[in-house]
Amino acid sequence: MIENIDLTLVNWSRAQFAMTAIYHWLFVPLTLGLSFILAIMETIYVRTGNEEWKRITRFWMSLFGINFAIGIATGIILEFEFGTNWSNYSWFVGDIFGAPLAVEGILAFFLESTFVAVMFFGWNKVSKKFHLVSTWLVAIGANLSALWILVANAWMQNPVGMTFNPETARNEMVNFWAVLFNPVAVDKFLHTISSGFLLASMFVLSISSWYLIKKREELFARKSILIAGVFGLLASFMVAYTGDQSARTISKVQPVKFASMEALTEGKSNAGLVLVGLLKDSDKKIGDRIMKEFSFRIEIPYLLSVMTGGDKDAYVKGIEDNVTGNDKRGVMSVSEKIRRGKSAKKVLVDYKMARITNKTEQLEHIKAILNDKNFNRDYFRYFGYASVDKPENVIPDISVSFYSFHLMVILGFLFIFMFAGALFFLFRGTISDNKWFLWTLLFSIPLPLIASELGWILTEMGRQPWIIQDLMTVSKGVSQINSGSVITTFILFVILFTVLLISEVSIMVKQIKTGPRH
Amino acid sequence: MTMMVSYIFLQHYWWIIVSLLAGLLVFLMFVQGGQSLIFSLPENNLQKSMLVNAMGRKWEFTFTTLVTFGGAFFASFPLFYATSFGGAYWVWIAILFSFSIQAIAYEFRSKPDNVLGQKTFDFFLLLNGSLGPFLIGVAVGTFFTGSQFNLNQMNQVHWKTSWYGLEALLNLRNLALGFAVLFLARINGLLYILNTIDDKELIKRSFKRLIPNSVIFLFFFLFFVISLLLSKGFASDLTTGTIALEKYKYLNNFIQMPMVMILFLAGVAGVLTGIGVSLLRNSRSGIWFSGAGTVLAVFSLFLIAGFNGTSFYPSSFDLQSSLTIKNASSSLFTLKTMMYVSFIIPLVLAYIWYAWNAINNTRITEEEMKIDEHKY
Repeated sequence: MIENIDLTLVNWSRAQFAMTAIYHWLFVPLTLGLSFILAIMETIYVRTGNEEWKRITRFWMSLFGINFAIGIATGIILEFEFGTNWSNYSWFVGDIFGAPLAVEGILAFFLESTFVAVMFFGWNKVSKKFHLVSTWLVAIGANLSALWILVANAWMQNPVGMTFNPETARNEMVNFWAVLFNPVAVDKFLHTISSGFLLASMFVLSISSWYLIKKREELFARKSILIAGVFGLLASFMVAYTGDQSARTISKVQPVKFASMEALTEGKSNAGLVLVGLLKDSDKKIGDRIMKEFSFRIEIPYLLSVMTGGDKDAYVKGIEDNVTGNDKRGVMSVSEKIRRGKSAKKVLVDYKMARITNKTEQLEHIKAILNDKNFNRDYFRYFGYASVDKPENVIPDISVSFYSFHLMVILGFLFIFMFAGALFFLFRGTISDNKWFLWTLLFSIPLPLIASELGWILTEMGRQPWIIQDLMTVSKGVSQINSGSVITTFILFVILFTVLLISEVSIMVKQIKTGPRH
Repeated sequence: MTMMVSYIFLQHYWWIIVSLLAGLLVFLMFVQGGQSLIFSLPENNLQKSMLVNAMGRKWEFTFTTLVTFGGAFFASFPLFYATSFGGAYWVWIAILFSFSIQAIAYEFRSKPDNVLGQKTFDFFLLLNGSLGPFLIGVAVGTFFTGSQFNLNQMNQVHWKTSWYGLEALLNLRNLALGFAVLFLARINGLLYILNTIDDKELIKRSFKRLIPNSVIFLFFFLFFVISLLLSKGFASDLTTGTIALEKYKYLNNFIQMPMVMILFLAGVAGVLTGIGVSLLRNSRSGIWFSGAGTVLAVFSLFLIAGFNGTSFYPSSFDLQSSLTIKNASSSLFTLKTMMYVSFIIPLVLAYIWYAWNAINNTRITEEEMKIDEHKY
């Protein structure tokens, strides 16, 4: 039952999945946000009858189309990689994880793909109103797709609504609503789509700035900036708010991830919120792991305590509390969790043995234990810890967690000022005069993308070593194939995605240089 | 007892949905069939443009159906998803690869500065058009011929060949199904062109190409069906779940489930009628018959693969590791929840129908290719 772990295989499988996900995420947020921007623009066209707005809509739609296709191309690979590369995981959680993926297909993908065809090809074939409705449905469909896959991801961060079935050796769903309204899922969905809105707004803003710099299509550019500025400003507030909510939730359900992203080795009261900081190795070790400390930081006193605990005296748990345990604060140590995880696993092994040897009485006895609520609460929830060798192994990479989180937050606040600035200059009528600002906007086009990818790096790297928090480690979830195959497909996909990306960017640049049609 | 009955009912219900999605998918692969003709059917660039645009307006339906097929399979029979994808790695990766290059080929091919050039993207369309249906056919072939894997006590798959799925290409019956699906897709592609494009020369050429494609399809299809009916099948004991080889299993399934046999025969008749009315009466509506026929034929083939105590994903290495709709399914709760979700499918079909017709109400013409802004 216990597999020998092939680390090469695990690492390459991780690399392949991460690479696919990172590429996929280069395109998806733009689809999420731009679809709504198109819908807003087309609504203005239909309401005012002003052909200029139709032109504006169609231009951005052409860029949407280029981006949409490549998002789909990478998305299909990602969906099936759960099976091809993480088949043990797929079985272990398929009863829960599969449902959102199927709902995604039935509910969201068809909505999106059916009406995207009307949106692209229907201008001269269907009525204005039907076309407008189609554009809105594409936006709704695209964002609904995001909902279901994020529900699935949230479940990996905070598994809820299920019970373990020893007979089938997997987790089974017992409460669909708990899975759907998992607090992590709600935060994640709102944070993700609003970051998509923000990213798309910056995309429109940056490209429009280029037209103003070049003194081309100025009316078109101003109108686009108006929509993107307002939409982006609202989105950036929403990003900040939902990000804050997410962090609070993480502090409850993934305390080690939370402490790592704050680089908080030892817990403390009156903890300040670090705004900017540089890390260096500290003298302190937990087990074999060297901890980090700040060589430089700017922090707001007390704020972390206030944000997580409600007042400045609140105690914020550090990495050490969570790993070595803190009786005073009621935190269980990881070694105790490992002990409990091993006990839970032993019960399962006994069950399988009793099943093979057909010992009915023993089987019934063990079944009763496995179904016992207390056993599940106190032991089985630590099942994954049975395969954790050393307590310190549950600490994710602190530098990665800290920097990805803080850089994302800094960029997030920067965007608020950029959108506000764009609207300010637009309303004062001086936007074209402020060349420095236009150049800044133009070169900011990749920043939301970087922030967004950093968010995912934090989410996924911060969860390590788990594939499902506390239940399964990444190395246990991998498909048992030869690493050579995975290395080969990794290389194939890197080449494919990179070539497609180059082609996409080149087409987009050309399209932008050509400008909207007259 | 009522719980048991409803669990069994739900497992059958979900197998029906998966089978229906498979039927729709094979029908919608007319898009791939059309793509596979991209270099051979059109005589000039304008004709090629019409062909590409006829298919290009529908590629997302095929794509979405494939994704939903995967998603629904994962949700309802997760052990299949884990076993097949995690074991027959290379077959599925090749299929995915061929579909991922399709998605961008349409959108990028005629755009200026696309780096790779139109020829490369057209080649991508050819690759997806030929490999996609063929490999999906081969993969489905293993539903009847079996694969070499076993499952451990934790239901984790171990593939027993180092080819990770490519060994399916060595089996004649899998190959026959692969080619049958490919040529059926090409037939449906031709019939769809006849139905949606108004161009005399292209129509003439499509009628002409229908004959050889139909002959090749029939050869492989008959080879597959006859050998299937004569072969042993993987039978699962309804009470104990033990798997054993049974002579004429699939033939018996047809005989024991006459409704399925009728559906299958109706499906085959539909495809033949579609070809027949096109060739004999120069009708341009053949796609309606062959499309419906394709859905029915594939649907009923899936039913005999999974119903009546049959293993739908058998292991020829370790019979007892074979997957049935009973041992591979999701929990009762999940299947039930998913059933509620599935009630929305008729609504989905209704709006697809509506939107499809809205776009297809006029045929594609040369003029449209010259003026349309959003064309592939």
